[in-house]
Amino acid sequence: MNKNEGYYVQSLKILKRNKLALVCIFIIFFLIIISIFAPVFTSYDPDKQNLSERLLSPGSEHIFGTDEFGRDIFTRCVYGCRISLSVGIISQMIATIIGYALGVSAGYFGKKTDGIISFFIQVFSSVPFLLFAMALMFVLGHGIINLYISLGVLSWAGTAKLIRAKVLQLKNQEYIFSSRLDGASDLHIILKHLLPNCIPTLIITITLGIPSAILSEASLSFLGLGVQSPTASWGSMIASSQTYIRTNTYYSLFPGICIIITVMAFHIIGDGLRDALDPKMRL
Amino acid sequence: MRKYLLKRIGLAIGIVFAISLITFIILNIIPGDPAALMLGDMASPETIAKLREQMGLDRPLPEQYIAWIFRLITGDLGNSYFQKKPVLELIGYALYYTSRLAICAYAIALIIGITSGVIAAVFQGKAVDRILMTIAIMGISAPAFWVAILLQIYIALNFDIFPVSGANEPIGFVLPSIALGSRYAASIARITRTSMIETMNQDFIKTARAKGLKNYRIILVHALRNALLPIVTVIGSDIGSLLAGAMLTESVFNIPGIGKLLIDAINKRDLPIVQGTVMYIATVCVLIYLIVDILYAVIDPRIKLGEGSSE
Repeated sequence: MNKNEGYYVQSLKILKRNKLALVCIFIIFFLIIISIFAPVFTSYDPDKQNLSERLLSPGSEHIFGTDEFGRDIFTRCVYGCRISLSVGIISQMIATIIGYALGVSAGYFGKKTDGIISFFIQVFSSVPFLLFAMALMFVLGHGIINLYISLGVLSWAGTAKLIRAKVLQLKNQEYIFSSRLDGASDLHIILKHLLPNCIPTLIITITLGIPSAILSEASLSFLGLGVQSPTASWGSMIASSQTYIRTNTYYSLFPGICIIITVMAFHIIGDGLRDALDPKMRL
Repeated sequence: MRKYLLKRIGLAIGIVFAISLITFIILNIIPGDPAALMLGDMASPETIAKLREQMGLDRPLPEQYIAWIFRLITGDLGNSYFQKKPVLELIGYALYYTSRLAICAYAIALIIGITSGVIAAVFQGKAVDRILMTIAIMGISAPAFWVAILLQIYIALNFDIFPVSGANEPIGFVLPSIALGSRYAASIARITRTSMIETMNQDFIKTARAKGLKNYRIILVHALRNALLPIVTVIGSDIGSLLAGAMLTESVFNIPGIGKLLIDAINKRDLPIVQGTVMYIATVCVLIYLIVDILYAVIDPRIKLGEGSSE
């Protein structure tokens, strides 16, 4: 246990030296606060239409302007953050649980179990993710719960692949052997010995999985296959802004900037964590 | 080599079958009766039942799946419910646009990505490197459809040569290709940089330096050639997302490609097109993966030894 602590303390030290990653952690922290306490940051209702204030340019009343229904764009960006972050985080939780369970089973049990799971890892990593997400959303219908499910269920393959490789490395080590000789059950070994060793890999795959889930959510909502309108989502806001590119350029600008900042921050944190926790994983 | 080839091809066929099964299961749990949908609200239950029989929808699902697979093998993807045309024909027409867009975009991505990756690696740690890598991380973070809209706003609307939408002339492909390619250029640049830095630290480069070879020769001939290997592998995995990304870019620029076909079909619940398109694109991806893997084995014979790890 002590050795493990030393490892994390050391990783934290490496991460602390990465100033850019620290700034990004702060940004994400701030975005999470904004999404939880959205009503505190804005006095407008994200969905309330006010047709007398349609398509206003950014000003003191509406700092990002208003959309075609007179809704405050800043407010909708704030509430859109809720959707993006929750889809990113929850779908990656689902993907991680599936990915860990399958990856560890493949690596630990080997033989036929490994054969079957490895085959499905290949299947799921060779289909275009967005295409299958579109098909799933087509079947499940709009809605945020469906987004969690389809993005989670489709994106486990990468995690499973890495965990499988990690477990293959670990399983022949002496402490696993001795624990087995002591009569420990498979479940005990998987949860007590293998899981702690896989945590660094999981932290990295989650932080790098979230931005791609956020981008996928934005793409699906852009295509009209994401959240149900009038719920504000950055992707669907960009989709509806398309009609007004000649007159209201700012309208498409703000939600896009929100996506870039969030996704970029997660990428930079992910890169930083990878350098700190597992330098060998670098591309 | 032959054993590896056969095994790899067998795996590809297995994957395509698995994908067909998943696609079929996903798309056949849809609520709503396609026959009723086709005939509209006015149809009597008898007519609907008759059409269901004609379409084979009354038979058990496993039987429907087997029938579908046999038709797939012969290249028959069925007919569109609403456009009354063979799905394969519609896909062929749409693919003409999508493949052109995808190829142009990826060509741009390779040129820009490799060039900036090499420059960044050569000037590692300097300002040029930092600027290029900042742009690259912005590139992988920006959604292609948003970049496409920005190009429409700031380029197409200001310069008359580029059309805001449509792709009837080759010039119409320029902005969509840039929009779609930017993301891949960014990721290729990052990979090239890392791989170049790694290669330049290896012994044979040091030997080349010691032999007094010119710097640009070392970089372009010796280092780059070795650094390109990882890029060959990402091409395979990029193709899938490239085709999917092309769909979004198409929808911004209103290009009648696969994306438009699929999205229209989804909105109308035109099942044969959805099923056919998903299957078609997935098969193309598996094929490209296969080709890339085989090419990789040809370029790098060590792969056969490393094969054990993928078992």
